[in-house]
Amino acid sequence: MRILIIEDDKEAASYLVKAFREAGHVADHASDGLDGYAMAEEGDYDVLVVDRMLPKLDGLSLIRSLREQRVETPVLILSALGQVDDRVKGLRAGGDDYLPKPYAFSELLARVEVLSRRRSSAPNAEPTVYRIADLELDRLSHRVTRSGQEIMLQPREFRLLEYLMKNANQVVTRTMLLEHVWDYHFDPQTNVIDVHVSRLRAKIDKGFDKPLIHTIRGAGYMVRVGQEGDEE
Amino acid sequence: MNASMSALGKLVRTTAFKLSFAYLLIFTIFAFVGLGYVAWNAQRLLTDQFVSTIESEINSLSDQYRFGGLRRLVNIVERRSRAPGAMLYLVTTEAGERVAGNVGALPTGVIGRTGQFETLYNRTDETEARPDMAIVRVYLLPGGFRLLVGRDIEERRRLQEVIYRAFGYSLLFIVVLGCVGGWFITRRVLKRVDDMTEITRHIMTGDLGGRLKIAGTGDELDRLAQNLNDMLDRIGELMRGMQEVSDNIAHDLKTPLTRLRNKADEALRTASTPDELKSALEATIEESDNLIRIFNALLMIARLEAGNAREGLADFDAAEAVRDVAELYDALADEAGVSLEVSVEDDLPIHGSRELLGQAMANLLDNALKYGSSAAAAAATISVSAHRRDGEVRIVVADRGPGIPESERGRVLERFVRLETARSRPGFGLGLSLAAAVARLHGGTLLLEDNQPGLRVILALPLKAVELPQPPLQSAA
Repeated sequence: MRILIIEDDKEAASYLVKAFREAGHVADHASDGLDGYAMAEEGDYDVLVVDRMLPKLDGLSLIRSLREQRVETPVLILSALGQVDDRVKGLRAGGDDYLPKPYAFSELLARVEVLSRRRSSAPNAEPTVYRIADLELDRLSHRVTRSGQEIMLQPREFRLLEYLMKNANQVVTRTMLLEHVWDYHFDPQTNVIDVHVSRLRAKIDKGFDKPLIHTIRGAGYMVRVGQEGDEE
Repeated sequence: MNASMSALGKLVRTTAFKLSFAYLLIFTIFAFVGLGYVAWNAQRLLTDQFVSTIESEINSLSDQYRFGGLRRLVNIVERRSRAPGAMLYLVTTEAGERVAGNVGALPTGVIGRTGQFETLYNRTDETEARPDMAIVRVYLLPGGFRLLVGRDIEERRRLQEVIYRAFGYSLLFIVVLGCVGGWFITRRVLKRVDDMTEITRHIMTGDLGGRLKIAGTGDELDRLAQNLNDMLDRIGELMRGMQEVSDNIAHDLKTPLTRLRNKADEALRTASTPDELKSALEATIEESDNLIRIFNALLMIARLEAGNAREGLADFDAAEAVRDVAELYDALADEAGVSLEVSVEDDLPIHGSRELLGQAMANLLDNALKYGSSAAAAAATISVSAHRRDGEVRIVVADRGPGIPESERGRVLERFVRLETARSRPGFGLGLSLAAAVARLHGGTLLLEDNQPGLRVILALPLKAVELPQPPLQSAA
């Protein structure tokens, strides 16, 4: 995956470049809005990570100009202003996701990976049935089966599983779950999300020898065909 | 000269002067219009009266002439002419030669006219005197004689004079009274405005404790003063809040920062194995995450209190938001062995931020779970409800925990305040402050009550006046 980081703080930028490279991605860096704009327009990036406040051209204007030029690369906005209306402004300008500073790198990485996957899969081509191993989720009939056995889920549990399966093989953080399943953007300070996931896990994985819902330490959760050793 | 000019200019510019002048002008115009109307009416009435007297006199005399001929007319005219305070009489031949009457000289040609008009005249007994004005009527008698009956209008002229004098005096009176009255009244009013200006200037130079005087009359100036005082109170509150926040930041951020620093320092000095270093680093990251949380919560509260989060507000259904958050915490409560009872009325439209209300609710539920679950297992119940009452949505989160003593309830809403009993539990003492700030942003209040036993937190938010439009029917579930 090719990532462009547009960030004026040199230290923060080099930390990000290094961390993304360690995670196995290609990362470039632009230190002001104009450079960033030129690079984003020419280079073939999968995701742009854009700081909200940039010299020469601010982050939101940069995104707006890119969208006007039909550059549809997914954008994640980093902002020191972590307020509700600020997020709305960022998304309205054409951003795809928003992360207030300071953030944990695991959170940023998870979000960037989800964004890049959204780009590679053509829009409107979401399958109506998600399948992982013997687990099946039918988005139209709202039925979930494992090994042909129907599993009864509450509506919220269904949405939770749907989001996890949509992003199968990718880390999904607790804040991402709170955002997409409950539509709240605050920082879940207690383990509210964990309890919901463990309930879901009890319904999905209990009685089967291969667990599908995995806890990724220090990051979040992932649905995938089990590799032992990752479990907490 | 220059100084006096500028003093005059200053006087002219004052509101007192402008107001007095305008009132004076208006009063003068009204007085003149009123007096003029009276004068005109009096004149008209008097003239009408004269004319009708003259008319009836002519009628009676011409009747006498018709019945008794010229002799009788002359006799009557002579007699009436001599009576004291007599009207004016004159009988002449066709050629205008005097036959009888008390009118001596008339301007030439007057007797040749007929009908009613005003003319100068002299009485027979005062031919040398200045001629007076009279209103007369000349009547042509059958047989060629002319009869003139008239009335002196000196009286009317005198009345006019009286009225003109009244005009003069009242003008003088109005100007003097207007000036004095205007000066007194406006000085009284403007003295208060000047006082207010003086006090506000004083306050602006730094004495934020100063307040405007309220006269207690409940008039516009009182209301203005009251509003300004309220504004000053609010400013003072904000200043104190800011002061408090910076003090608290200094204190509450310094403690974890010091801890953070010490941990790193200690690891640097003592850790020898990679594992020890790793765990020390993990501890410092956790500590800095806590710092970030505190910082975010503080910023959020500050922003809410400053009121500039208002632009992102929209209409939403509080019932749904409360149900969502309750559902979010249901699993957690269950895990903690607490039963969460939810009772939410349908359709509670409010204007605000669903996100912030959700955050406030999450804080309240966090607290309820943290402190309310320590009660005996049988009583471990948390109830969440939302109902409309008196134009408000009352969202209640009640637990069965130890509660908060009444004397402490005001204090726990302040930032960083944690009761001694809560020191041992995780938390920063910002949850309730944030919820209270959210309530204020929505124009509502946060109340703490005794749940006997336990704590009842009530978020009272104003309902939106207009109902939310019915949601469109969902085509597919």
